[in-house]
Amino acid sequence: MAVAIETKELVRVFKPPRKLLKRRRSSEAGEDEPEGPVTALDRVTMQIQEGELFGLLGPNGAGKTTLIKILCTLLLPTSGQAWVAGNDVAKDPFPIREKINMVSGGETSGYGLLTTRENIWMFSQFYGVPSKVAKERIDELLHTFGMWDKRDAKVRTLSSGQRQKMNMVRGFVTDPDILFLDEPTLGLDVNASRVVRDYVMEWVRKRAGKTVLLTTHYMMEADEMCDRIAIIDKGRILACDSPENLKRSIRKDTTFRLEVDALQGTKAFAGMAGVKNFSAKDDIAKGTTSLTFILADESPVSEILSAIAAMGSKVHSLQKSEPTLEDVFISMVGRGLE
Amino acid sequence: MTVESATRLRRVKLNLQAVLGRAYPRVVGANREPSWIFFEAVLPLLGIAAYVFIYQALGNRSLIGVTDPAKIAEVQASVNALIGSVVLGGTMTAFWLNVLWSMASQLYWEKEIGNLQLYMMAPMSRMALLGGMALGGMFMTSVRAVTTLVVGVVVFSVVLQLTNAWLLIAVFFVTLIALYGMGMMLASLYLLWGREAFNLSALLEEPIYFMSGFQFPAGGFATMGGWGRAVLTAATFVPATLGLDAMRQIIFPGAWGGRLWILSPELELAIVVVLAVVFLVLARYTLAYLEKLARQEGRLTSRHQ
Repeated sequence: MAVAIETKELVRVFKPPRKLLKRRRSSEAGEDEPEGPVTALDRVTMQIQEGELFGLLGPNGAGKTTLIKILCTLLLPTSGQAWVAGNDVAKDPFPIREKINMVSGGETSGYGLLTTRENIWMFSQFYGVPSKVAKERIDELLHTFGMWDKRDAKVRTLSSGQRQKMNMVRGFVTDPDILFLDEPTLGLDVNASRVVRDYVMEWVRKRAGKTVLLTTHYMMEADEMCDRIAIIDKGRILACDSPENLKRSIRKDTTFRLEVDALQGTKAFAGMAGVKNFSAKDDIAKGTTSLTFILADESPVSEILSAIAAMGSKVHSLQKSEPTLEDVFISMVGRGLE
Repeated sequence: MTVESATRLRRVKLNLQAVLGRAYPRVVGANREPSWIFFEAVLPLLGIAAYVFIYQALGNRSLIGVTDPAKIAEVQASVNALIGSVVLGGTMTAFWLNVLWSMASQLYWEKEIGNLQLYMMAPMSRMALLGGMALGGMFMTSVRAVTTLVVGVVVFSVVLQLTNAWLLIAVFFVTLIALYGMGMMLASLYLLWGREAFNLSALLEEPIYFMSGFQFPAGGFATMGGWGRAVLTAATFVPATLGLDAMRQIIFPGAWGGRLWILSPELELAIVVVLAVVFLVLARYTLAYLEKLARQEGRLTSRHQ
């Protein structure tokens, strides 16, 4: 099987704009603004085979989008190399552009004055799709994504979910060999997300030679859709395997989930003996905190429960469970995805 | 057919499709929002009217006490040529504004709304993208320009004395190509400058009206000594200056005894042709260079600088 995407020791460093450096010298810069260069990708090496649905899983700022931008020829790497469809992204971008397309979640592209159909048609023309073929594909895809009744609606009247579905049609209308999907179901409701996921899986599996690189926040989505997943954090790939193998890698560990009254100072759990990793997620509406512990064995459970009681919190539920991708993530990164 | 020629043919076809695709929103946009007619075509007439009234008043004042019919006819012809020059200048103003705000700064807007990255990752030539923007802009603006011209000529009773229609058409279209070529070149620069580009557009707007003589014959600068000639020389780098002067000469031959023309229309046309070629070539290379720079610095995709 041919390699669709390959990266070797890929590094991307963003330098702060000169203006920001000047402001920093005069102490006007905000606290959240970076002090120096930011390494968005740190020696990323990976290979994606033709016909694969490959997922990139990581929190905000992990480097997922930077990697996609480099592979889409929109950004040059600082060092290292990347090839898409056998072509070097830095030296030979044009042959790559003929074979790829990208859809990002929350995209606001297009022109509000044009109708849905016109907008997609316009983008198809930039790829040289014959007008008649483009129109036929657009109609078919609008039906598939449940946008047929919005075909003649002006783009500015579409909701963000409808707009995202239009973007999906834009991505598929050029019939790319490699499709980059950056959080494609962001802002979509449950049913629309299901339609998108099903279509993407069918598109890759039923049509030879099609490859998808998907980034997502949603663990279930990655688990359900991807043949292989790379877990990325702070610009580095921490693991890369099939969802099943990733889960199997921590199966010898024990995963406990607890729901307790809202809890402060959860960092204290990190230092407990036997706790490999844990994450805490507050539910402000319910006034509770969900805790997930990855434990080497069950022995620290009583100590954890005592610590929770000592903090004045009450345990609502305690559950031992099979590892999920989220547990794999917590085990590797030391925190949850959100 | 060899592989190379087939590839070349495919690329030509792709780029032609891309030009039409990108021109489409502007062509359609001109028809979809009828309210623009009031704002874009009627309001500019008010600015033209101000100059027309000044020229008419000056003409009336210079006719006080004049009884010689030949002198009266001469003054009236001069006033007619001045008013016609303003109407013509107002017509070309539409194109200059379009070049500044809808060509030069367009790539910045495209980046803000998220289109730029989709354009830049498409396999079309970047010149096809700019060409489509220019073609659509020309069409959209022509509707406004023609409205301004027709209404201006009718309302202010301008008498036209067209001497060479073909030369006029040639000058008009070459001037448009040169102007939009300049806009294409500026567009790539604006891509790098981001928001600061708007200051440049604002800076270029009014001074160019003045230097290029949108409301008066720019040749008048040459009669004002050294600084006037310096302003005129600088203004000739803006294609509208010589293009407008040539069109005025063709439509109002012999006005002001020919003292206020810059060069002959044929020579002006030749210079504007050179400007058009220079701007298009510069646009091609500037865009390629700046695209590379933008890919290095990550400016094609960052929505906020």
